[in-house]
Amino acid sequence: MTRSPLTLLAEALADRTVECIDLTNTLSPDFPVIVLPAEFGQCAPFRMEKVSRYDDNGPAWYWNNISMNEHTGTHFDAPAHWVTGKDLPSNTVDAVPTQDFVAPVVVIDISKEAAADADFVLTRAFLEDWEAQHGEIPKRHWIALRTDWYKRVGTPEYLNLKEDGTHSPGPDGSAMEFLVHERDCVGLAVETVGTDAGQAFHFNPPLPAHSILHGNGRYGLQCLTNLDKLPTFGAMIVACPLKIEGGSGSPLRVIALVERAPA
Amino acid sequence: MTEPLPTPKRKDPLGRSTLGHVPPGLRSRAATEMATYAAQGRFVLQSCDRCRSVTYPPRDRCPTCWGTLTWVDQDSGARVEAVTTIRHSTDNFFRNHMPWRIGTVRLDAGPVAIVHLHGDVHQGDRVRMTLRLDRGGNPALFAMPKEETPNMQDDPQLRCFTAHPKHRRILVTDGRSAIGQAIARALLKAGAQTVFLGDADPLMRYPGKAEIEAQEGIEPVSLNMTDSGSVQELAAQLGGRVDIVINTACFVRPGGVAFGAKLSDLQAGFDLGVLGLVRLAQGFAPAMSARSDDGVNSAAAFLDILPVSGLSGQFGYAGAAASAAARLSLLSGLRGEMQQTGIRVLSVLTGPVDDDWHQDLPQPKVVPGQLARAVVHALTEGQEFTCAGDVAKDLFARWQANPLLTMREENR
Amino acid sequence: MGLQSPYEGVAICAPTTVPYVRFSPESAHWWAGAALQSLAQTTGLGPADIDGFCFASFSAAPDTVVGMVQHLGLSPRWMDHIPTGGASGVMALRRAARAVQCGDAEVVACVAADTNQIDSYRQTLAGFSRFSQDATYPYGFGGPNATFALITDNFMRQFGVTREAFGKLCVAQRKNALSNPLALMNKPLSLDQYMSARPISDPVHLFDCVMPCAGAEAFLVTTPKKAEELGLSSARILATIERHNAFAEDSVQFRGGWERDREALWQRAGCRPEDMHCVQVYDDYPVIVAMQLADLGFCEKPDLSDFIAANEFTISGSLPLNTNGGQLSAGQAGAAGGFQNLTEGLRQILRCPLGDRVQGAERALVSGFGLVNYDRGVCTGAVVLERQALR
Repeated sequence: MTRSPLTLLAEALADRTVECIDLTNTLSPDFPVIVLPAEFGQCAPFRMEKVSRYDDNGPAWYWNNISMNEHTGTHFDAPAHWVTGKDLPSNTVDAVPTQDFVAPVVVIDISKEAAADADFVLTRAFLEDWEAQHGEIPKRHWIALRTDWYKRVGTPEYLNLKEDGTHSPGPDGSAMEFLVHERDCVGLAVETVGTDAGQAFHFNPPLPAHSILHGNGRYGLQCLTNLDKLPTFGAMIVACPLKIEGGSGSPLRVIALVERAPA
Repeated sequence: MTEPLPTPKRKDPLGRSTLGHVPPGLRSRAATEMATYAAQGRFVLQSCDRCRSVTYPPRDRCPTCWGTLTWVDQDSGARVEAVTTIRHSTDNFFRNHMPWRIGTVRLDAGPVAIVHLHGDVHQGDRVRMTLRLDRGGNPALFAMPKEETPNMQDDPQLRCFTAHPKHRRILVTDGRSAIGQAIARALLKAGAQTVFLGDADPLMRYPGKAEIEAQEGIEPVSLNMTDSGSVQELAAQLGGRVDIVINTACFVRPGGVAFGAKLSDLQAGFDLGVLGLVRLAQGFAPAMSARSDDGVNSAAAFLDILPVSGLSGQFGYAGAAASAAARLSLLSGLRGEMQQTGIRVLSVLTGPVDDDWHQDLPQPKVVPGQLARAVVHALTEGQEFTCAGDVAKDLFARWQANPLLTMREENR
Repeated sequence: MGLQSPYEGVAICAPTTVPYVRFSPESAHWWAGAALQSLAQTTGLGPADIDGFCFASFSAAPDTVVGMVQHLGLSPRWMDHIPTGGASGVMALRRAARAVQCGDAEVVACVAADTNQIDSYRQTLAGFSRFSQDATYPYGFGGPNATFALITDNFMRQFGVTREAFGKLCVAQRKNALSNPLALMNKPLSLDQYMSARPISDPVHLFDCVMPCAGAEAFLVTTPKKAEELGLSSARILATIERHNAFAEDSVQFRGGWERDREALWQRAGCRPEDMHCVQVYDDYPVIVAMQLADLGFCEKPDLSDFIAANEFTISGSLPLNTNGGQLSAGQAGAAGGFQNLTEGLRQILRCPLGDRVQGAERALVSGFGLVNYDRGVCTGAVVLERQALR
C-alpha cells in the first residue's frame, strides 16, 4: 500500500529520521531588541509580570502577563512591516497565506566572511559564486543566512553597537533583487536582529532587505538560532506567526525539519 | 570635636540585628504641619497673624492675643540654657541610642524649646537651630554648633536624623546617564563605602562606562527597572547590604496630551518611572526596613529624583509630568509606610536637565553636578524635599503659594 | 486684690491611705473603691451619705468623675474632676471646702486613685499632654526625669545648690519613711549611697527620682457640725493659694506660682513659715522641694544651701518635712501623689500619722505642684491647715 506523504513524515518523525531543530531564541527580558535612533519610537523588550504562582493571587495556578513588541525576540516580519509593503494584499500576519508558514529552506553559509568582517555585505556576485559551487537556489524557499551570529547572543557583539551604529552582516540591494525576483524566495531568515545589515541604513538603496522583501510580499525571520545545524538544502521551516489582527509581525516559535542521513 | 565614625565591621552572623524602632510618633495636627517645613530643611516657628508674637510648642491659637497662627521662617540663633544627658528611657528607640543629650534653649526668635543637642554643643553656647525630621517623619529641633566643628556630621545623635552617605552602601539605579555617574562620584566623595551602579543593559556600552567602572568603590550591577525579574534578582543579591537607594532612572520625552504625544513613550515612561519605582520599593524596602537601626551603616533612605513638573504638569512635557505626578503620589504612600520602620523617603525635585530630551527648552537647565550636590545635601540633612536648580526652586515656591495658579502657569 | 474669704464652717477629716504597691493589675476604679471602703470604715458613711465627690486620677481613662460616680454607686449633688496631678490634693480641698461652705454639699469625699500596671508608666507618658507629645517626649523620652534634670541643671548653677544639699533632703525623707510601715522604700539611705547612685538623666540620679506605684488617698470635707456628729477629728483651713502657668517668661523654671501668691497666703493665714510645725511639699524631685521652700518664704533662693545646711528635715528635726517619707520614699501613686502630702499633713495635726509623730504639731503647710505639660510644672497651690478638734 502506498503511504501518504504525511504518514511518511509521521514515521520519519517517530523514528527520528526527521528531526525537529529549534531555531528560536528564548524570550527573556534581557534579549536585545533592535535599536533605532532615539527620537524614533522604540521596540519594547519582552516583559513578564507574574499574575499568580500558587499563591494568594491564585492558589493552584501559575501564570504571567507578558508584553513585548511584535518584533521582539525570534520574530516574523510581515510585508506590512515596511512602507514598501503597505499596500499589498494580505500583508499583515493575520492575513498572510497559511501555506507560507511551512516552506523549504536553503542555507547560505557566510559565517567565515562574517567572522572576518562584521560588516560583510552579501552581494549578487557572491550568490552567483555560491550557486556555481552549490547549485542553483530553488524557488519558493526561505533563504537562511548562516552567520553564526546567534553564538554572540548574551554578548555586546550580538548587536555590535558602536558609535556609528550596529555592525552585522546582511545583503545589499543586488542580492535582494536577485533572491526575490530571480529565485522567488519565500523570505530571508537571519540570526541577526534584523534582516538588513547593521549599517544598511547607509546602503543605496537603504535597508534593502526590508525594502525589497516586504515590497514584494516576502517575509523576514530574525533572531534565529542554530542555522549551523541545517543542511544547505533539504530542510523545511515551520514558522507560524501569531494571528494578530493587522499585525506587522510576531514573535514565534520557529522549527526546522531536518532529514538525518541514514545510519 | 566629634570622634570620627569607625568603619563598620562586618556583621556577626550569629547576632540578631537591632530592630529598627522609631521615636514616639503621636503628634498634633499643628506639629504635623511643622513637619512639612522640616521636610524642606526650613527653620520655622508659628507667628501670630495679629500680634506677630512667635510661639512654641505648636499651638492652634496665639497665647498672647488668641490670633491665628502661621508658620514663618525664623532666625535660627539660640542659646543653650540647660543641658541633660538622658541615660534611661522607656522608649525602645531612645533606649537603643542612650545616652541621649537634650537641652533647653532660648531661641532668638523668642520662645523656649527643648531640643536635641549635637555633641559639640554645651550649656551657655550660642547655637544654630535646625528643624529636622526624626526617623518617624516627625519634626525635631536639633541644636548644631554655631561654627563647623571637626567631623561634625559623625555625631551619633545627628546621624539619627540624617542619611549621611559616609560608610554606607548605596545603590544608584541608573549609572548609564551622566547624572547617575555624577551622583555616584559625589557619594563616594562624601564617604560612601560602595556605590552599586545600576546598568539596565550591560550588553550596551554607554558614555563614561570605562571610567566610572574603573573607579574604586563602584560596583556595576545589572538592574533594569522595567523588568520585575531584574529588580527582584538584584534585591535578592543586595537586599541586606544596601543602606541607601537612589533612583536616578527617568524617561522623559517631549509631547503633549492630544497633540504631539506618543502613547508608546508614555507607556515606556510610566513603566520605568512609575512601575519601576514600585518594583524598586517592593524589591528593596522590606530588607531596608529591617535594618533601619543596624549600627553605623544602618539602612537609611530611599531617594527618588524626579521632575518638579509632577507638581503642576508641564506644557510640551505632559507625559513626563504625569509620570512624575504619579511618582510623587507613590512616594507619599511609601513615605507613610517607611515612617513606621525608620527609613527616610526623600524626593529630589529637578527642573529640566541639560540632556538630549530638553534641547528645545531655554536655560537655566540642571547639570549633573547640581543634581549630585542636591542628592548629597538631601542625604546629609535627611531632607525630604530638595530642589535641584533654580527652575525647581521657583516652581516649588510658587506651587506652595498657589498650586492652582502654578498649574495654569506651567501649562500654557 | 483683696484678701481671700475665710473658710468658715469647713472641717477636714478622715485622712485615708490605701497601702501602695509597686505594680497592680487592678484598675483606678478598683483603687478608688478601696479608698472609699477605707473612708467608710473610718467614718461609718455609706454611698448614700456622700453628697459630694471630688476625684483625681491619671489612669481612669476613658472614665472621668462621671463614670466613677456610677461605677461606685454614688449619687452626689456636687462633683468635680481634678486633673492637676501633683497639685490635685490642694485643689480638691479648695473646691470641696467652698462647696461645703456654700451648702452645695455637706459631705464631700475627695479621692485620688491610680493604678500602675506593667508599662502603664510609659503609656501615661506617651499620651500625657499635647505639648509633651509634640515637644518633650520625642526628645529622648526621658519622661519627667529629663525635664526635671534640665530644671535641676539650671537651678544648681543659678543658685549654687549642690547635689549634697539635695541629698540631705532625700536622706532626711528616707529617715522619715523608716517609721512609716506603708512606705515602699524601707531601707535606710546614706548620703554616700545618694551621691554614688547611678545617673538617670544628669544631674538627676536614682535617689532623686520617685518610684511610680499604685495606690489611693482620700479625705473628707464637711462641716464642723457633721464632723462632730461622726466623731471625727478635724482640721480647719487658714488659707489657700492656687496659680497656673506663672512666670511663663522664665527660660527654665526656677520658681513656681507660690512666689507670686505667697504673701496672700501668709497674710490670710495670719502666720508665717516659721509658725509651721511640719511642711508637706510636693516632692517628685528634690529640686522642687527646695524651690517650694524658697518660693513659700522659708528662705531666699541664693540662701538655700545655707538654709538646707542649717536645718534638720526629719520628724524630730528643726523643720519636719514630708514626714511620711514623701513620694521619694513612700512611692508616687499617680494623682494620689498629689493627695498624700495633704493626708500626711492632716494626720500630723490630727495626731494619727502613719509613722512617727511630730510632737506638738498643730499647723501644717501643704504644697502641691502639678502637671509638667511641657517643660515645667504648670499648677501650683498651697494650704495652711490648723487643728480644729481632736476626737
